[in-house]
Amino acid sequence: MSAQYKLVHCTVNGKAVEKMVDVRASLTDMLRNEYHLTSVKKGCEVGECGACNVLIDGEAFNSCIYLAVWAEGKSIQTLEGLLSPEGELSDIQQAFVDETAIQCGFCTPGFIMTAVEILNTNKLYTDEELRKLLSGHLCRCTGYENIFRAVKKTMYRRQGKTIDF
Amino acid sequence: MYDMKALYEAQSVEDAIRLRVEHPEAQIIAGGSDVLVQMREGRRAGKELISIYMIDALRGVTMDAEENLRIGSLTSFSHITRDPLIQKYCNVLGEAVDQVGSPQIRNIGTIGGNTCNGVTSADSASTLHAWEAIVELTGKDGVRRVPIKDFYIKAGQVDIKPDEIQTAILIPKASYENTFGHYIKYGLRNAMEIATLGCSVNVRLSADKKTIERCRIAYGVAGPVPMRCPSAEAVANGAQPSKELSEKFARAVIDDINPRDSWRASKAFRQHIAVEMAKRALTRAVELAGGEMA
Amino acid sequence: MSKVGKSEVRVDGFDKASGRTKYYEDRMPAGALYVRIKHADIAHGMVKSVDTSAAEAIDGVVKVLTCFDVPDIPFPTAGHPWSMDPGHQDVADRHLLNRHVRYWGDDVAVVIAENDVAANQGVRALKVEYEELPFVLDVQKAMEDGAPQLHERFPNNILKHTDMRKGDYQKAIEEPGLIKVEGWYDTPTVQHCHIENHGCYAYEENGRIVVVTSTQIPHIIRRAVGQALGRPWADIEIIKPYIGGGFGNKQDVLYEPLCAWCSTQVGGRCVRIDCSREETFVSNRVRHAIRFHIVTWLKKDGTIQARKVECFSNQGAYASHGHSIVAKAMGSFPQHYPCENMECDAWTVFTNRPAAGAMRGYGMPQASFADECNIEDCAKALGMESYEFRKKNIMPQGFHDAFSGNTNYYDTYRECMAKGAEYIDYARKKKEYANDTGDIRRGIGMATFWYNTAVYPISLETSSNRMLLNLDGTVTFQCGETEIGQGADTAYAQMVAEALGLASYRDVRVKSCQDTDITPTGLGAYASRQTYVAGFSIRQTADLLKEKILKYANELTRQSVACMDIVDGNIVRKEDGVVLMSLSELAMTAQYNPVHSEHITAESTYTIRNNAYSFGCTFAEVEVDIPMCKVTLKNIVNVHDCGKLINPALAAAQVHGGMSMAIGFGLSEQLIFDEKTGKPLNGNLLDYKLSTFMDHPHLEAEFIENAEPTSPFGTKALGEPPACSGAPAIRNAILDATGVAIDHNPINPHVLFAEFSKAGLIHDDWREEEK
Repeated sequence: MSAQYKLVHCTVNGKAVEKMVDVRASLTDMLRNEYHLTSVKKGCEVGECGACNVLIDGEAFNSCIYLAVWAEGKSIQTLEGLLSPEGELSDIQQAFVDETAIQCGFCTPGFIMTAVEILNTNKLYTDEELRKLLSGHLCRCTGYENIFRAVKKTMYRRQGKTIDF
Repeated sequence: MYDMKALYEAQSVEDAIRLRVEHPEAQIIAGGSDVLVQMREGRRAGKELISIYMIDALRGVTMDAEENLRIGSLTSFSHITRDPLIQKYCNVLGEAVDQVGSPQIRNIGTIGGNTCNGVTSADSASTLHAWEAIVELTGKDGVRRVPIKDFYIKAGQVDIKPDEIQTAILIPKASYENTFGHYIKYGLRNAMEIATLGCSVNVRLSADKKTIERCRIAYGVAGPVPMRCPSAEAVANGAQPSKELSEKFARAVIDDINPRDSWRASKAFRQHIAVEMAKRALTRAVELAGGEMA
Repeated sequence: MSKVGKSEVRVDGFDKASGRTKYYEDRMPAGALYVRIKHADIAHGMVKSVDTSAAEAIDGVVKVLTCFDVPDIPFPTAGHPWSMDPGHQDVADRHLLNRHVRYWGDDVAVVIAENDVAANQGVRALKVEYEELPFVLDVQKAMEDGAPQLHERFPNNILKHTDMRKGDYQKAIEEPGLIKVEGWYDTPTVQHCHIENHGCYAYEENGRIVVVTSTQIPHIIRRAVGQALGRPWADIEIIKPYIGGGFGNKQDVLYEPLCAWCSTQVGGRCVRIDCSREETFVSNRVRHAIRFHIVTWLKKDGTIQARKVECFSNQGAYASHGHSIVAKAMGSFPQHYPCENMECDAWTVFTNRPAAGAMRGYGMPQASFADECNIEDCAKALGMESYEFRKKNIMPQGFHDAFSGNTNYYDTYRECMAKGAEYIDYARKKKEYANDTGDIRRGIGMATFWYNTAVYPISLETSSNRMLLNLDGTVTFQCGETEIGQGADTAYAQMVAEALGLASYRDVRVKSCQDTDITPTGLGAYASRQTYVAGFSIRQTADLLKEKILKYANELTRQSVACMDIVDGNIVRKEDGVVLMSLSELAMTAQYNPVHSEHITAESTYTIRNNAYSFGCTFAEVEVDIPMCKVTLKNIVNVHDCGKLINPALAAAQVHGGMSMAIGFGLSEQLIFDEKTGKPLNGNLLDYKLSTFMDHPHLEAEFIENAEPTSPFGTKALGEPPACSGAPAIRNAILDATGVAIDHNPINPHVLFAEFSKAGLIHDDWREEEK
C-alpha cells in the first residue's frame, strides 16, 4: 500500500501536541517513537502484560492495542508526566521507591499509571478490590507484595490515614 | 506497527454503513482488543479496517420508550459495570463483564465487539443469552432487531449483513423485571483469564418467594456458541427452591450442554464443573431474589 | 554506623520510578534494521530448501538469509565461564540458523528489513520445504532404542549420565522390616517470563562488532559471539544496559550471535532483534522438566536406611546448560537428607522440545518438589508427623560435604523450620484442619530445600572490580556482576561504602551498565553468586584503594598510614578520632597537585575458592474446594538463612519474587505441547498461567541471620533459593487437606479433577453412563 498518514492532535502529559502519524501505528509506537516517552514498555504487544499502560482521559489503557489515530482529541498521560516541574517524584512514585516495590523496573511505569487512576478516585478500597484493580499488570520480580503495599499506603495517606503492615 | 492495508475511520453510523458498502472486504474494528491481536498474529494481516471506535453516539446505557435497557454497542465493559441503570436492573451483566480480562481490557473492550466476534467464551455472552437480549443492527435499509440466540450462527460467525453494523444490545423489560441473576466464570486464575466455562443463571420468584416463576440458565464454552439449557430450566420453572431442586436442576444441564475436548480443558472436566456451577449459580440467584434454598 | 544490614532504597529507584531508566530498546539507534526470524513449524526434520523470492520482492526488505548461508561453526550457548580444559567446555551444538530442525520454533532463516511490517511480511512470505522426521517429546521415550535421534554424537539422545554411590544400597535394603516408599515425580516445562523480552542490536565500529543486549552475562556473551562468528573474542564489545528481568533465560547466549552476524551481512549497519513474547516462550530457553524416581527404605524408628534416586532431565533440542542442572539436582539428595546407602543416577536427554537452560533455582525447584513429596509420603507411611520426620533426618549441624568443602556451621534447617512453624501456627492448624470434612477443606504443609552459593568448585569463580576516587569524595564502582532487577547495584554500594568507610552508600556511584571493553571482567548474574563473590573482590579492592588514599594522606598530613583510617568519608586519626581532612579535599589536592598529581584508583580480581550452603523452608496453607477442583492459597511463608543481610528490604523483595514463581510452579504454570505435532500450545501470557495480582495471598519473608564464616560480609545465596520449596509445600498442604498425594505439578484444576475422581472424592454418574 502507499503509506497512509494522519495528523493526530492530542494532549500529551498536559501539553497540546500534533504529529503526522502512520495509521498503522499503535499508541505505544507513537508515544515511544514520536514523543520519545520510553517509559511506555513493550512486554507482549497484545494487552496481556500491562507494561505499555497509559492513561487516556484518565482511564488506563494498554497502548499496544490502541491505534495511535484514536488518540485524536484525547488527553494522554505517561509516567514521564508525573514528575513535578522541579523534578520531584509524586507520592505514588516515592512510595514505589520507599516500599521496595521496584526491582527490574520494567512493569513499574504501567503499574504506577494504573495506581494513579485508582488513587484519583479518592476512594478507600478493600484489599480485594485493590488487588482486582491492579490485576491488569504482570510482574515476575516482586510477587506483587510490595507493589500492593506501595499503592495501599499511598491510598491511605491521601485520605489522611496511616496503615501498618 | 500493524500490518494493515488501509484504515477507514467512521465518524457516524451512516459513515460506517457507507464504508461497509464501499469496502466489502474490510474488517470492522471497535475497541480492537481482538482484531488487533489477530492482525499481529498474522491471521488478519494485510487487511483493511473500518474503525468505528470514534463513534461516540454508540456509547452509553439508556432506557428506551418501552423501558427496555439499551446498551450502545461501543459501551466499554467498565462503563457497563459502573452504569446505574445496569446496576439497578441487570446487575449481573455488570458483574459478568467485570470479569473480562483485566481493568485495561475492560476499558477498551466493548459489548458490541464481544458479541460480534462470535466466540463462545465471551464473558458477556452467557448472561445476554440468559436475559434474552435483543441485538440491534443498523444497515442501509434501517434497523433490524435479532434475538441474541439467533444472532450467533456458529463459532466465529454472527448475523451481520454486509451493509450493517451492530448499534445496540437491548434487554427487554419483560426480561429484567423482578429478575435476579448470578454469573460464575470458571478460570485457571483469578484475572486475565479466558473462561474455561461461564454460567449465568437468573430467576424470578413469586411474590411469596416460595416458587421459581421463571428460571433461565446459559453457558459460554459449553458448546461452539453460547447456549441456553431448556431441560434444566424446565426442572426449575414452577418449582420450589430447595437444595434438592438445585441438584436436579444442575444434573439436568448435562442433557443440554455439549462441551468439547480441547487442550484447554477436557469435555469431562467442563461437564463436571458445569453441574457444580449451575448449582451454585442457581442458589445465589435465588438468594439475590430474596428466596431461600430450603 | 554500619552501611550494610540496612534497608536502604535502591540506587536506581528514582530513575525506575520516573521512567527514565533506559533498557536496550530505549537506546536503539535511529534507522536500525529489523531482523525477524523464520521459526520452523515442524518439530523435527531437515530443511530441503527455502524459497526467498517472494520475501525479497517485498518493499522494505533488505536481505534474506537462510540456514544455507550461515558459517559452519558450532558454538555453545550456556552462560558458563570458559574452561581451559576442553573436557569441561560446554557442548557446542548450535548454529546461527539450522538446516536440521530439532524443535517447533527452531531458527531457519531471517528477513532483514527497513521496518517491522516489511520484516514480518517477509517472514510470512518465506516458503520452507522440509523433509519431516519423527519426533519425541518424552524424556524416557527419547532414551529408547529406535527413538528419533537429535544429535549424531549422542546415541539414545543421552547428553550425559552421571551417578553417585554411597554405602551399599542393595545390601541395605535386604534388612527385614523396612518400609518402602516409592514414587515417580514429574515437574513441568516452565518459562522465566521476565517482563522485558530478550532483544539486542548490533553494529560494526572500527572493524569490531558492538552488541547491546538484554543479558545477565555480558562477558560470557562476548566470548560466545566471538566463537559463533569465528572472530577473535576481543573483536567483540558487549554492552549491557538495564534489563527487565532475566531469571536465567538471559544467562544464556540467545540471539546475540545471530544479531552480530546479521550486521556483518549488511555492511555493518545496525540491526535489531526484538523477541516477541511468543518467541520468548518457545525460542529462548525453558526450565528443564525433570522426572524423578525415588525409592526410600525406612526403619520403623523413622531412620532412612537407603535411598535410590533416578533423575531424567528433559533437555529439549539443544545442550545449553545441559547436564549441570540435573547434576545439581541429583547432588542435593545425599546432602539434604543424608543417609548411609544411596544410589543416584541422572540422565540429561535431548528431545524435540524448546532448549532448556538455566532458570531460577537451577534444578532445585524440581529436586525439592520430588524430594519433599517423597519425604512427606515417608512420614505418612511411618505414621509420623512430617515436621518431626524432617527434623530427625534433615542435614545436621556440622555436616561437611567434601566435594564443595561446605560445612553446615549452624543448625540452620531446624532454626528455619521452627520460625516458619511459629509464624504460620503449624501445629495448631494441623490438628484443627484434620477435622475438616465436606466440600471445602483446609490443609497445611511444609517443605525445605537445599542450596549452595556460586559455582566453585565446578567452575571458575572470579570477580573483578574497579574503584575510582572522585573529586567530591565519592567513589565510582564498576564490576562485571550485573544488576538485573534483584538490587545488586544497591548491595554493592552498601558493601563498598562499608569497606571504604564512606558516609553513605549514596557516595558510591555504581556504573550499572557493563561494557566489556571497559568494565572489569566478571561472570554475571547467576548461581545466586553475586553478593557473595563480589563481597570478596569489593573487600580486596577497597583495601587497595584505602591504602592508596591513606598513603596520599600521609603526604599531606604527615600522619603515619597506620595511625589513620577513613570514617564517614573523612580521613581521621584513629587514636583520637580527629578529622584530618575529607576525602573530597584529599581527592582535589591529589588530582591538581602540581608536584604529585594522582587520580586515585584501584582495581583487583579475586578468585573465589569457597562455596556456602544456603537453606530454608516454606510453609503453606490452602483451602481446597473439592467439587470445583480449586485450590486457594491462603497463607504462605518462606524462611531463609542466607547469612547476614546486606539490605533486609531488598532481601525480602527477592524472597517475594521467588515465592511467586514457586506458587506458579506449584499450581498453574506449564508450557504444553501438542502430542501429535510437537507444537507448543500456550506460549503466550494469556494461555500460560503466570500468577496475577489476584492469585497470591500476602507473601511473608522471614530470615535467620547466621553469619557465613567464609564471606567478608557474612552473606551467601539468596537470589534463587526462594523459588525452591514453595511448590512441594503447597502439594503437601493439598495432601493434608484432601488425603490425595499428587506427584506432578502444576496442581491445576485439570489435575485435581483427575486425581479427585480417582480418589473417589468427586463422582459424576453421567460419566459412567456415557461409557
